[in-house]
Amino acid sequence: MTEALVKLSGAGVSFRDTQVVSNVDLTVSRGDILTIIGPNGAGKTTLIKAIIGVQGLTAGKLWRKPGITIGYVPQSLHLQSALPLSVRRFMLMTGENWRDCEKALTDTGVAHLAKASIHRLSGGEMQRLLIARALARQPDLLVLDEPAQGVDINGQASLYELIRSLRDRLQCGVIMISHDLHLVMAATDQVICLNHHVCCSGYPEDISRDPGFVEVFGAQVADSLAIYHHRHTHEHDLDGRVIPTQTGENQDKASRHAPH
Amino acid sequence: MLLIDQILGDFFWRALIGGLGVALVAGPLGCFVVWRRMAYFGDTLAHSALLGVAFGFLLQLPLNLTIAATCIVIALALVVLSRNQSLATDTLLGILAHSSLAVGLVALSFMPDVRVDLNAYLFGDLLAMRQSDLIWIYGGAAIVLAMLFGLWRGLLMSTIHEELAKVEGIPVERLRLVLMLMFSLVIAVAMKIVGVLLITALLIIPAATARRLARSPEQMVAWAMVIGMIAVTGGLSASWHFNSPAGPSIVVAAFALFTLVYSLLRPQRS
Repeated sequence: MTEALVKLSGAGVSFRDTQVVSNVDLTVSRGDILTIIGPNGAGKTTLIKAIIGVQGLTAGKLWRKPGITIGYVPQSLHLQSALPLSVRRFMLMTGENWRDCEKALTDTGVAHLAKASIHRLSGGEMQRLLIARALARQPDLLVLDEPAQGVDINGQASLYELIRSLRDRLQCGVIMISHDLHLVMAATDQVICLNHHVCCSGYPEDISRDPGFVEVFGAQVADSLAIYHHRHTHEHDLDGRVIPTQTGENQDKASRHAPH
Repeated sequence: MLLIDQILGDFFWRALIGGLGVALVAGPLGCFVVWRRMAYFGDTLAHSALLGVAFGFLLQLPLNLTIAATCIVIALALVVLSRNQSLATDTLLGILAHSSLAVGLVALSFMPDVRVDLNAYLFGDLLAMRQSDLIWIYGGAAIVLAMLFGLWRGLLMSTIHEELAKVEGIPVERLRLVLMLMFSLVIAVAMKIVGVLLITALLIIPAATARRLARSPEQMVAWAMVIGMIAVTGGLSASWHFNSPAGPSIVVAAFALFTLVYSLLRPQRS
């Protein structure tokens, strides 16, 4: 049942001298939903690009189950409006037959747009189209980069609901990046809080109590997620470098917080 | 046979047949230039063609060959240099475009035994088209069109979204190189028609005009071919009647078509 699809161990990516992501360990198995959260510029997108193989690792190891199909939903489609393209044609470019494509469009609720131009879609419709496109390829692993971007708040909830139901039906693994903390906490199995390194990881209910989470998102957010606040072992400066907190009085806190 | 000989024996018909052949490949490649925003890139390659001309005279090799080879080298240099991004790509392109043009001009001036009609290289010399040029044009066009046909889905997908294409197993980097190779070939043959300074126009104006008429990528390619061919025919006829330079006349005809289509047709809902 819990067949591992992808594993990262000690993974790091650096561009020239800048370490974007370092020392990440994670495993995603069939049926898992792993959500990566973290501030802007924390390396979230770089991390999933490494997982899907678009970005090479500069440290550590990436293992993917041989022969798995990955469905990728990019953050945004920078569409050249100079390229005329219908939804139908865009779906067919997966190389799958139209029946599978149409079914995927139906699953994500945008089948009625098949004949429309992709330049006429709203943000939410585009996200659903991109998910449908990933689905048509019958992925073992679905990777989504901020799937709810540009989607209104009601749409966001139903989008996450959709992702969860797809996971249930297809028994695929899901890795996604998200900023919508409330929704993430409700819709995910495993959370990684990333700020260049893994600040903390675990189940949603644990993570919101983790000092690493509080450090990244602030006490206010953590509190609003009905969590108690506690102090952290380190801070980040503006470049994201780790600065140890002056008083080390919270060393005794039991947490999965990665030591530095 | 007699009729063909007669047609090929006439410089106007040779020019027309050659021009139509170039329009045929410039259509689809021009679409990629427009889709991938490579107009400045095409310009740079075209300018470097003059350096290829200089090499051709220097090494006593066929000009088509040295032009294509120089374009390929410049294209590869661009790929390597743009990876090492300390300068913006457009700055880099500007430097290479004008430096290669200038080096080409200077090199040609150092060859006293070579009597070069610079105008012919800068603005085209369509009416001096020989039968061997026609073989180059149609040979090159056949190769490029066959490659485009065979690699169509991969090329189109990597144009729409590189990362999606990569995840779907399309060899994006290799296809980019293939596309540059095709550009180099087309520039080598198109130079004869419109010259280094106007090649980009022949690539992008028909494609941009086709955008208004098309609802799918393939329709856009087909329209770009048709519009390019109309522009070549119209431009050459005008040059015949008004004794205007052939290359610029073709570009003027293409621009007239562009203006006509954009002022008559509203944007497509696609």
